[in-house]
Amino acid sequence: MIGFDPTDEQALIVETVRQFVVNEVRPESRPCDEAHALSKDVLTQAHELGLVANGLPETHGGGGERSALTSCLIAEELAWGDLSLAIGILSPSLLGVPVTDYGTEAQQASLLPTLCSDSFEPGSLAIVEPRFDFNPLAPTTTARKDGDGYVLDGAKCLVPWLDGSGPVLVVASDEGRPQAFVVPRGAKGLTATPERNLGLAGLPTVELALAGVRVPEDARLGGAAGADIAALVDRGRVAMAAAAVGMARASFELARDYAKEREAFGVPIATKQAIAFKLADMAIEIDAARLLAWEAAFLLDEGKPVTREARLASDKARRTVLQVADGAVQVLGGHGYIRDYLPEMHLRNAGGFQSFEAMSLL
Amino acid sequence: MPISFELSKNSVLAREHYNKIALEQMRPVSREADTREHDLPQQWVDFWWNEGRKGSPGDPTAEGDGFVTVCIQAEELCFGDAGLYLRMPTAALGGSAVGAAGTPEQREKFMEPFKSSPHPVWGAMAITEPGAGSDSAAIESTADFDDATQEWVLNGTKIFCTAGDGASQVDGGFVVVWATIDKSAGRGGIKSFVVPANTPGMELVGLEKKMGIRASDTATLRFDDCRVPRENLLGSAEVRGKGKKPSGDKGFKGAMATFDASRPIVAAMAVGVGRASLDFLKEELARQGVTIRYDAAPHELTAIERDVMEMEAELQGARLLTWRSAQMMGQGKPNNLEASMAKAKAGLAVTQITQRAVQILGPLGQSQKLLVEKWMRDAKINDIFEGTQQINQLIVARRILDYSSAMLR
Ligand SMILES: Cc1cc2nc3c(=O)[nH]c(=O)nc-3n(C[C@H](O)[C@H](O)[C@H](O)COP(=O)(O)OP(=O)(O)OC[C@H]3O[C@@H](n4cnc5c(N)ncnc54)[C@H](O)[C@@H]3O)c2cc1C
Repeated sequence: MIGFDPTDEQALIVETVRQFVVNEVRPESRPCDEAHALSKDVLTQAHELGLVANGLPETHGGGGERSALTSCLIAEELAWGDLSLAIGILSPSLLGVPVTDYGTEAQQASLLPTLCSDSFEPGSLAIVEPRFDFNPLAPTTTARKDGDGYVLDGAKCLVPWLDGSGPVLVVASDEGRPQAFVVPRGAKGLTATPERNLGLAGLPTVELALAGVRVPEDARLGGAAGADIAALVDRGRVAMAAAAVGMARASFELARDYAKEREAFGVPIATKQAIAFKLADMAIEIDAARLLAWEAAFLLDEGKPVTREARLASDKARRTVLQVADGAVQVLGGHGYIRDYLPEMHLRNAGGFQSFEAMSLL
Repeated sequence: MPISFELSKNSVLAREHYNKIALEQMRPVSREADTREHDLPQQWVDFWWNEGRKGSPGDPTAEGDGFVTVCIQAEELCFGDAGLYLRMPTAALGGSAVGAAGTPEQREKFMEPFKSSPHPVWGAMAITEPGAGSDSAAIESTADFDDATQEWVLNGTKIFCTAGDGASQVDGGFVVVWATIDKSAGRGGIKSFVVPANTPGMELVGLEKKMGIRASDTATLRFDDCRVPRENLLGSAEVRGKGKKPSGDKGFKGAMATFDASRPIVAAMAVGVGRASLDFLKEELARQGVTIRYDAAPHELTAIERDVMEMEAELQGARLLTWRSAQMMGQGKPNNLEASMAKAKAGLAVTQITQRAVQILGPLGQSQKLLVEKWMRDAKINDIFEGTQQINQLIVARRILDYSSAMLR
């Protein structure tokens, strides 16, 4: 039966996250963006809410309540607060989800408990590459079998790199197929250079150079069976769609509230159709994008193939977030261009969504 | 209802049932009905009267999501042919008005022929006038009460009345006519009246020639001292808000509320036409060996793949907004905002989708050997009637800004 209402439990989670976002995340939004660093306090407090660990397997200390749909709702709320913090808070999923879905017993036992422990431990996934023709399913970074291990070569970018001691999961072509490899941060031949980007300024990310990085055979995620990177890309797309919807909603609300306050020619600018209709269109497109994301997440939870739906949902959300963020800057006029206000940050973040591939997983 | 995108059993049955009708009964006569414009598509009308209106073989014991199913019916039948859909012998918008504003006796009386008439009958709703379309509160048709005969006397001209030919000319049907009983009261004076077919004084002046939905009869009706009994007024004759702010009136607002039920249906109709066009486009591409690669990297996509994916996402977005507004309606929740969102989105998305299909298909899109050009013509009306794009944007904007109609007009 078609339905659009979160369950009581989901509503409670959303409400909890919203309170947290209003009280803790939002006040740190601009400071993090300016400082190019995430607030450790916020990351710690978010971890205590168990937003990621709740979905990880019980056998390794998680809550065992995996739901793409619920994760979608959480991602939207967090990104409504702040995109950089949202991705930081959800970063354990970058390791937790792939290892849960494809990791060998040994990999799960060694990697998951840390993510579910009392202290926040980030995850890191290196999938994007610094080239216009980047294809997550055909990485130019390679993994070559060499003796009883693998040698990785190539370059990655937009790799979340929060303070922590855990490994980074590197996606590389292994005999022509994309596979993931667990690489310790201190591995020989691995160089991490901090990045500065248009958006996501608060989130520490790095460019990774891999020059003959040697890892043992059991570093390959899933061992001989390997991992389904395409499925992970799908999960990342749905997560990013939800995050885009959340940020777009924040942008829309700022524009709406400003338009009711700001007067020009003696009336609130919201009483002018050129502004009011822009706001109406934003609201409509945000809802359309959200429903597409929900549908894809619903299908994920049903175990149905979702490549098409995830693609359509994420493309739609990317278009929408850019349109909405740009519209919000326009509604604020010159003030929208000033860093005292948030829309310029939303617009910079929105500009990057095209390359935010698997920045979070559900 | 928890978040779910799985249709109920009855919706699935309805989809199959009406899809079959669309393909077997509508498509084969689609081009001909378009070409013959004002002629009655007899075969289709008879089919609907004898078979179609029996409804789909749903399971009455299954949990209902009635209004979503109604939208699915509209989508499937307009996937068949939107013009023929509007020509179906049903009470249509006239029936919605009687259902929403009428007393139980009025419903019983006026809807009876739609069950028991020996021949097909139609209902219609006449609001629009030469001088008033979007601004429906500015209508000038009048209704005066004749104390001597206890009748309402209607005068004025209505245009663009869908199904106005059938509803005004075939006994058993009726036209719901909006008129003012007190001009000084503004909106508060506007009431609706049931005018049975062939009531003296109601004249069918002509039928419009249109860009699309040509199988649908769009009528001009003139009312010249047209008399209907007192009990044909829907709702109360009391003039509300007289001397006060006109927005304090429930009567006009009540009449406008029927749009909350009809806009999801129009949105679903739009989605049906858009799907016809998009499905054909994808099939034609497949015949030429072009498949859409949903897993390809952005730089690898052809312009056509990119277009098709965008069209698919926008169509599905429109469909989901439509189902949401219908689902809320079915649950008795206020859906004014959501209904207008769905209508605004679907009307525009489908206008653009059908136009893009014509562009992509080039000469095939132009040719009247195929239906793609017709779907582009048919789609556009969905961005105009039942509130234009702009009127629905206005409604959405007022809701999100918490503005009255006086503050944002
Ligand atoms: C095929 C067809 C079938 C129809 N069927 C019916 C029917 O069954 N019953 C019935 O009563 N009517 C029917 N209509 C009428 C239809 O509902 C009106 O055409 C529609 O509401 C627009 O009114 P209008 O044509 O007078 O345009 P106008 O109201 O003159 O509008 C012209 C333009 O101005 C814009 N506009 C108007 N007001 C505003 C505003 N406040 N802000 C911004 N822009 C504005 C409109 O969006 C439009 O773009 C039908 C029309 C057609 C073409």
